[in-house]
Amino acid sequence: MKDSSRIESPSLPPTSPGWGGEIITWNEFPSRDFAKKPLDPDARSPDSWRHRNHRRASGKERMNTWTSRLGWMLLAIFGAVCLGVVALRRGETINAMWLVAAAGSVFVIGYRFYSRFIADRVLGLDATRATPAQLRNDGLDYVPTDRVVLFGHHFAAIAGAGPLVGPVLAAQMGYLPGTLWILVGVVFAGAVQDFVTLFLSSRRDARSLGEMIRTELGETAGWVAMVGILMIMIMLIAVLALIVVKALAASPWGTFTVAATIPIALFMGIYLRHLRPGRVGEVSLIGIVLLVAAVIVGGHVAASPGWAPLFTFDATTLCWMLIAYGFAASVLPVWLLLAPRDYLSTFMKIGTVALLAVAIFVAAPELKMPALTRFVDGTGPVWSGALFPFLFITIACGSVSGFHALVASGTTPKMLANERDARPIGYGSMLMEASVAIMALTAACVLEPGVYFAMNAPTAALGTTSESAAAAIANWGFVVTPELLTSTAKNIGETTILSRAGGAPTLAVGMAQILNSLIPGVGSMAFWYHYAILFEALFILTTIDAGTRIGRFMVQDLVGGLYAPFKKAESWVANALATTICVAGWGWFLYQGVTDPLGGINTLWPLFGIANQMLAGIALIFATVVLIKMKRERYVWVTALPMAWVLICTLTAGWLKVFTPNPKIGFLAHAQKFGDALAKSEILAPAKTIEQMQRIVLNDRIDATLACLFMLVVVTVFVLGIRTALAALRANAPSCNEAPYVENTDAIAVGN
Amino acid sequence: MPSPSATEGRSLLARLRAVWRTAGKTANLAIGVGDYEAYVAHQRTQHPDQPVMSYAEYFRERQDARYGKGTSRCC
Repeated sequence: MKDSSRIESPSLPPTSPGWGGEIITWNEFPSRDFAKKPLDPDARSPDSWRHRNHRRASGKERMNTWTSRLGWMLLAIFGAVCLGVVALRRGETINAMWLVAAAGSVFVIGYRFYSRFIADRVLGLDATRATPAQLRNDGLDYVPTDRVVLFGHHFAAIAGAGPLVGPVLAAQMGYLPGTLWILVGVVFAGAVQDFVTLFLSSRRDARSLGEMIRTELGETAGWVAMVGILMIMIMLIAVLALIVVKALAASPWGTFTVAATIPIALFMGIYLRHLRPGRVGEVSLIGIVLLVAAVIVGGHVAASPGWAPLFTFDATTLCWMLIAYGFAASVLPVWLLLAPRDYLSTFMKIGTVALLAVAIFVAAPELKMPALTRFVDGTGPVWSGALFPFLFITIACGSVSGFHALVASGTTPKMLANERDARPIGYGSMLMEASVAIMALTAACVLEPGVYFAMNAPTAALGTTSESAAAAIANWGFVVTPELLTSTAKNIGETTILSRAGGAPTLAVGMAQILNSLIPGVGSMAFWYHYAILFEALFILTTIDAGTRIGRFMVQDLVGGLYAPFKKAESWVANALATTICVAGWGWFLYQGVTDPLGGINTLWPLFGIANQMLAGIALIFATVVLIKMKRERYVWVTALPMAWVLICTLTAGWLKVFTPNPKIGFLAHAQKFGDALAKSEILAPAKTIEQMQRIVLNDRIDATLACLFMLVVVTVFVLGIRTALAALRANAPSCNEAPYVENTDAIAVGN
Repeated sequence: MPSPSATEGRSLLARLRAVWRTAGKTANLAIGVGDYEAYVAHQRTQHPDQPVMSYAEYFRERQDARYGKGTSRCC
């Protein structure tokens, strides 16, 4: 640990303007003469340039070092105070700004010190090494790209619905557990995973995670990881589709708005292809104006007795519509629907997140949710299970997301202009994602707790009237009047807010409250609510069609390995078959979730969380093994500790989901309970018929099998990883499969 | 590729213009459309014998490359 004390004395390169400045300028390149001596191992170690800088430091720079130290110390104290307030204040409400300030301080300090330690000591980012973008520059895929521009690309690629939904669901335990795990998780696990994967891919010709696992851990591990990736893809689509269904069921306003995105996207697609090719800026602007118009028109549609029934659907119908849509969208030409919708969702996502950030700052709302609720014991109505391990798989994407390992080993490494950019882009983007998670948590916690539970608890617990819901919630110790529930529904232009599980509606109400207080008069609660629903549904639908498409190619790849003709991209039969397999996969789980009397989210979100954390576990196993193969075992704890934690959480949660005797948590116990009743021809609530009983039992068994498969995938990769790591430990030279070192001839020119 | 930091010392207007250009490039790359000028420059200097795609062709090529096989979507 002696090393960590050394890095904590900030010795900025001469170009840095002072404390905090580097976050903005990101000027960290060593001096030019260092860049010219790449092959001398001492010259390449980051220490040497630092020491040299020390030697050369003038009086003014020494002053800067002292102001810098003082500044960081003050920031650390400030962050600690804010965190203390967040953690310890009890009783009254607390202002969201404390949370925001604490999170901001933690992220800045984590970036400045921990990510720098990883960059310099653990990975040894090398500014003198040519990146894939420089070696293979083709003007198209491989292009050295300015780090600010690339940061935007990477953030847009990793940002999705996960960090918006997970923290909202986690709020059932109060704001504190979720906040703490987002802060700790992102600094020590999530951002580390993204950063290290990006770096490793950059050193391996920008190859994908699956390919890298194959070359570093062996064929078997690579194949198992591929299957794992396909399974998580399918779970992801199913659970996101379920969120959309839950948000749109019996909501003509929402359904109209979301349906309107289809003709709008078609129009944009044709415009971009035939009318004015490639004019993305103007057509996106037109599209966004049309979307806002659709939200406004939606209000009139919902209010009209003639039109409203045309857009009012129950959950099952919506489920079938989504399945049909997913199939169609993934076989249509991409320029027609998929691409233009992605443009809309990308710009709206970034714009809305920025708007929400500004709104939280200006409105500075109070958090009504207590720091901790009684549901930390695992009896919560939103999802069941105790804080450990279930909180960690519920938050998932906001702190550590296995999916990012796919993006960090996809297009981003092909565009790194310099290896050192991996730090702001890999680590920095993930901190930004965690900020989004903190905002989502804030939005959920500004609601009255009673309203929060009314929206997220299943009908089985609440009943179907405001009165029964208020009574049930009072039983849990939260005060809410039936009038508040009805008036909230009326304010947002809906008939009811009860049991709108899935996170999206809750977030939308919270966002509407914050945005409405920011710009009163412009629009109403109802407008902002449906705008927020549209914003979430839009990129979820993009995920559904893009995900189905990528899933189709994965199926073709996997099956093609066994039966070669299946691989042909132009074969219509293979295409249709692979798409059907993929759609049937997520459609099954979607249907199961929609018809589940317990609300579906209860079952599917934990499965999704387990799958996502499993993928993170695989990425961290891979990173750990490669660190050992690089002979950097001294620093292996940097990835090994988060790996161990993620594996412990995932495997414990998986095990409990399958085998625990509590039927509220364990799939098999639940199947047993319903199976026993079925044997006696009894019908247990919430089922109403024998068929429903049978379906519940079947679903439980499938879910249990799936959870077992997830665990099996992780354990297999782990065992194969250990085997490789042990062999690498015995070797006395680095044994990883890095691309050979080529000198970067324009490190300084491109980087700055 | 001017990043905001590279424009110090220039007039406010020039700096704003550089920021605007970076923002435009960022927005384009966020949806998978790279820097067309960089592509043209690359093609001219590295492959002077090969044809250079027009912007419309370039856009179409980038669109197919990004979505053809489906993009890695995040949760």
